[in-house]
Amino acid sequence: MSKTHIKLSATAAKLWFGNKQVLKSVNVAFPQNKITALIGPSGCGKSTLLRCFNRMHDLSADVMIEGDFLLEDQTLYNGKLSATEVRRRIGMVFQQANPFPKSIYDNINYGLQINNIPKDQRPGIIENALKESYIWDEVKDDLQKPATRLSGGQQQRLCIARAVALRPEVILMDEPCSALDPISTAKIEELILRLKKDYTIVIVTHNMQQAQRIADQTIFMYLGEIIESGNTKQIFKKPVNELTKNYVKGHFG
Amino acid sequence: MTKKLTPLIEWGTLLLTTGLVCFFLLAILWDLISKGSSSLSWAFISTSPTDGMTKGGILPAIIGTVLLTLITALIAAPFGICCAIYLNEYAADSWLTRIIRASIRNLAGVPSIIYGLFGLALFVQGLQMGTSLFAAGLTLGLLSMPYIIITTEEALRRVPNSMREAALAVGATQFESIRDVVLPSAVPGMLTGLVLTLSRAAGETAPILFTGVAFYINKPAGYLNQEFMALPYHLYMLSTQHQATEQVRPLAYGTALVLIIVVFFLNLSAFYIRYQHSKHE
Repeated sequence: MSKTHIKLSATAAKLWFGNKQVLKSVNVAFPQNKITALIGPSGCGKSTLLRCFNRMHDLSADVMIEGDFLLEDQTLYNGKLSATEVRRRIGMVFQQANPFPKSIYDNINYGLQINNIPKDQRPGIIENALKESYIWDEVKDDLQKPATRLSGGQQQRLCIARAVALRPEVILMDEPCSALDPISTAKIEELILRLKKDYTIVIVTHNMQQAQRIADQTIFMYLGEIIESGNTKQIFKKPVNELTKNYVKGHFG
Repeated sequence: MTKKLTPLIEWGTLLLTTGLVCFFLLAILWDLISKGSSSLSWAFISTSPTDGMTKGGILPAIIGTVLLTLITALIAAPFGICCAIYLNEYAADSWLTRIIRASIRNLAGVPSIIYGLFGLALFVQGLQMGTSLFAAGLTLGLLSMPYIIITTEEALRRVPNSMREAALAVGATQFESIRDVVLPSAVPGMLTGLVLTLSRAAGETAPILFTGVAFYINKPAGYLNQEFMALPYHLYMLSTQHQATEQVRPLAYGTALVLIIVVFFLNLSAFYIRYQHSKHE
């Protein structure tokens, strides 16, 4: 078997919010077309790490980031890639569905518009993105409806469609199901599994079952460090580290 | 017993307070309408005053107030909104920003007569504009700016950060995210602040007193470089400075009613824009 291709990685990643160090020399690698789950108790730095990869910390004033963040072999910070280019190639789905207060159509169109995608191609791309995100059948009759009138689960799938419409290489997901009911969650998980063939996916989750259901690889973080990472089955069935064992068994969280 | 009585007292107090406020509001309106409506007529709002203000209409004052408010808006809104965007979206939370913000809040508390004196010194004399509609508009613009900055900043602050992040995440620059997502979401709040501020500016007398308002002009109204008539000042003159205040009392009430109606239409237009906006949410 050929060695898996690493799509996205961070080496010696450190991050401070003011004086508080939140990431302490983190090394991670996310293989292409795989789903990697980041797990760990609240405040362990998993969302913070995730947001480093699409430069979401750029606007926060007192954040300091060190380390090498690479997409393929291109550095994400201080290199040839601009922040907007990074964010176009590395999409993100947030914890709370955050559709724009615009119509369903315009929610996806907006990203296409600011990335200068020719006007005549947009309707096709929008339809494809909605189909790819399994929401097309529910919204196709009224694409001009305000996105905020959709249900929570539909809004989240629209946000996924908004991300995939730009054909990113990586999709970052920050607890995308934490605000959803079990049925919507199941739909999103199914969607994530299907997206795997085209995208590299990194997902932060608090839900142990979810990680086991969808992730190929799991990384356990604690207090800003990576404690253990590996094949999902191994992490949950035969964790090596004592902390990992306690966490996945639900002894703390 | 007390268990039953206390909620009743609490409820009663709140209701009484609300009732009292509404009572005064309605009493003022009733007083204005009952005494002013008799002088309201098409001629009243479409002709100039005649016979030493004892007859005729108040057209120049209406034109003056409307144009003055427009100039105020054109000056205060762009600067105020840009300033608020800078403070809320770009400026780091440093001691300098905090000082700027505190100064703006203090400016909002400066008595309006001070603005009048400042306008006289700067625009009328310093910049040689003379007492004119434009100088008065600039003065009222300065007076309104702190309010517009404060209310706009408040409206921007209410736009959740997740909206900014959503725009950035699809590759928007910070400017694009503000222009396309943050500002449209903040429009209703900004508009409310703008209209309340302009309503207040339309009714101000002190700042225009030294900078351009006149008791009577015999030229056509509406020239930027000339003195003008305005409703609040006209009202003040008719009720206190006129040689026959008793005789012109109905005209004064009519003027007050027209001023209220102008402000009401201003509010109505804002309400309409907010309504249009909310339909697209």
